[in-house]
Amino acid sequence: MNSSAALKIDPAVRTAPVSPGAPGELRRDLRLIAEMIEPHSRVLDIGCGDGALLAHLARDKGVDARGIELSQSGVNACVRHGLPVIQGDADSDLETFPNHAFDVVVLSQTLQATRQPRYVLEELLRIGKRAIVSLPNFGFWRIRVGLLFRGRMPVTEVLQNPWYDTPNIHLCTIRDFVGLCDEIGARIERSLTLDRHGHPYTLDPRGSLANLLAEQGVFVLSGPDGDVPPR
Amino acid sequence: MSTLTAPRLRRPESDWPGHTLAVSEPLRLDGGVDFGPFTIAYQTYGTLNPERSNAVLICHALTGDHYVADPHPITGHPGWWTTLVGPGGVLDTDRYFLICANVLGGCMGTTGPKDINPATGEPWALDFPVITIRDMVRAQKRLVEHLGIEQLFCVIGGSMGGMQVLQWASSYPESVYTVVPIASAARHSAQNIAFHEVGRQAIMADPDWCGGRYLSHGQSPSRGLAVARMAAHITYLSEAALHRKFGRNLQDRNAVTYGFDADFQVESYLRHQGSTFVDRFDANSYLYITRAMDYFDLAAEHGGSLPAAFAGKQPRFCIISFTSDWLFPTPESRAVVHALNAVAANVSFVEIGTDKGHDAFLLHEPELFATLRGFLEGCAEHRGLTRFWTAGA
Repeated sequence: MNSSAALKIDPAVRTAPVSPGAPGELRRDLRLIAEMIEPHSRVLDIGCGDGALLAHLARDKGVDARGIELSQSGVNACVRHGLPVIQGDADSDLETFPNHAFDVVVLSQTLQATRQPRYVLEELLRIGKRAIVSLPNFGFWRIRVGLLFRGRMPVTEVLQNPWYDTPNIHLCTIRDFVGLCDEIGARIERSLTLDRHGHPYTLDPRGSLANLLAEQGVFVLSGPDGDVPPR
Repeated sequence: MSTLTAPRLRRPESDWPGHTLAVSEPLRLDGGVDFGPFTIAYQTYGTLNPERSNAVLICHALTGDHYVADPHPITGHPGWWTTLVGPGGVLDTDRYFLICANVLGGCMGTTGPKDINPATGEPWALDFPVITIRDMVRAQKRLVEHLGIEQLFCVIGGSMGGMQVLQWASSYPESVYTVVPIASAARHSAQNIAFHEVGRQAIMADPDWCGGRYLSHGQSPSRGLAVARMAAHITYLSEAALHRKFGRNLQDRNAVTYGFDADFQVESYLRHQGSTFVDRFDANSYLYITRAMDYFDLAAEHGGSLPAAFAGKQPRFCIISFTSDWLFPTPESRAVVHALNAVAANVSFVEIGTDKGHDAFLLHEPELFATLRGFLEGCAEHRGLTRFWTAGA
């Protein structure tokens, strides 16, 4: 597990106190993502944790919901609950899927833990007609203040691990992420910025205020002009 | 059961439990031979529902047989998958109709090299045609058709059984709703072929093998077959499991004897494994079945493309591997998963952490049970199988 340990999804982030059997308790950001997904579509949740989102989508929206998860405990929990999940990770398993295999590919609180975020993002847009990406905002004011006055790496509700023991190896701000989307030609079809309690702000994700106030961002992306990016 | 019998007390073959199907229509084998008529020995558990939708085909491994949950008619040992099969079990006999057939080329009732070649009146021996995993599955398909089952709910098996499961998914995808290959691979690796060759050479080097005609000569290549089993048995375990079980412990002695007796417990254990195996297995069957595994390469059947082997509508897959299995290591399973991803198949893949090696699929492994139970529950729900089916209910 040595090489992949760095990619382990922060268990505190990924497996909030939610079980696939408890529909009402879906984590707030996952609930927002679920609302963006059409019933009966084909969805791949990358870094699906214990399968809370998958279970909700399959049960309540008739979605053909599949998952990829790195942790054995997460995969086993999903399969035990009858969810089709494979053990794997975003960096090495996405290339095995064909173009536009899914209507929606979800990457929730995981991009910052991948080895190659740019490649992963391009792959998301290749295998999914749309991608929904949520990520912690490193430009959040508490993080900035913490760095400015305390001079220490942030430990927040969303980023719970100390710097020497974090899976989050590629943190970015919302503005950074928007910049990457522009660079690879991804279209931002919709975006939400969330406060620390997961409540959405009505802020333009390209604006300075969102980059300062939002603790997380959720983006619905599609490939450039609906084209399939080259492999 | 008080059937812990010595070999000399074994029940006559005609008295073994289970069923037989006489197949008259010859089977076109991969080797180009039209083989038949032949017999398939099989066993069933549970009851087929009126919709014929609750059938589960269990595929046995290299030295297994169809006595999944019956005491073995020769050794008296409990069935090889009693960990899973039974009322309320993972393979619930109150819910599913379980079928397991001895493979073609086997020695427990299905026609194999120890049976009489009608052309000569002598045992087939090496005149028996070389068979493949696909040939085994073709024979199973005949049985399933005979039982009037259009679509099996599940085909499940470990090791060579898993190869048959993958073959089912590739050859008859419309005839299976879900498939569960455990500790298996889409092709036999060079290392595994090498181990098999050691076993075969051990058998053929035994003078009592008599060029394969030992039955006609009233002989048995027991020493060769025992060595083959000993070598193979090592590959079924992990270093950690061997160490945990035996370490360097000595067998009934306080010091090494400076000789070639079984000083170490692990030696004694392997010798026991070898000597008991020869009572229940036919040496030529061992040659033929290991060969079938060696020849298995699902991608090669499809121009070298594994995804092509799974093109079209696919059953739901649950692929399981074990961390300490070095005979069918996880990357072999992962290769199948990736091929299935390429055709966007519905696939679950679980690697189970255990130090029990390849044999873990036969042992008490709660994580395996929980995984299988959850997967099968989910699929049964989709298939509309009620939890408890009883006649007339």
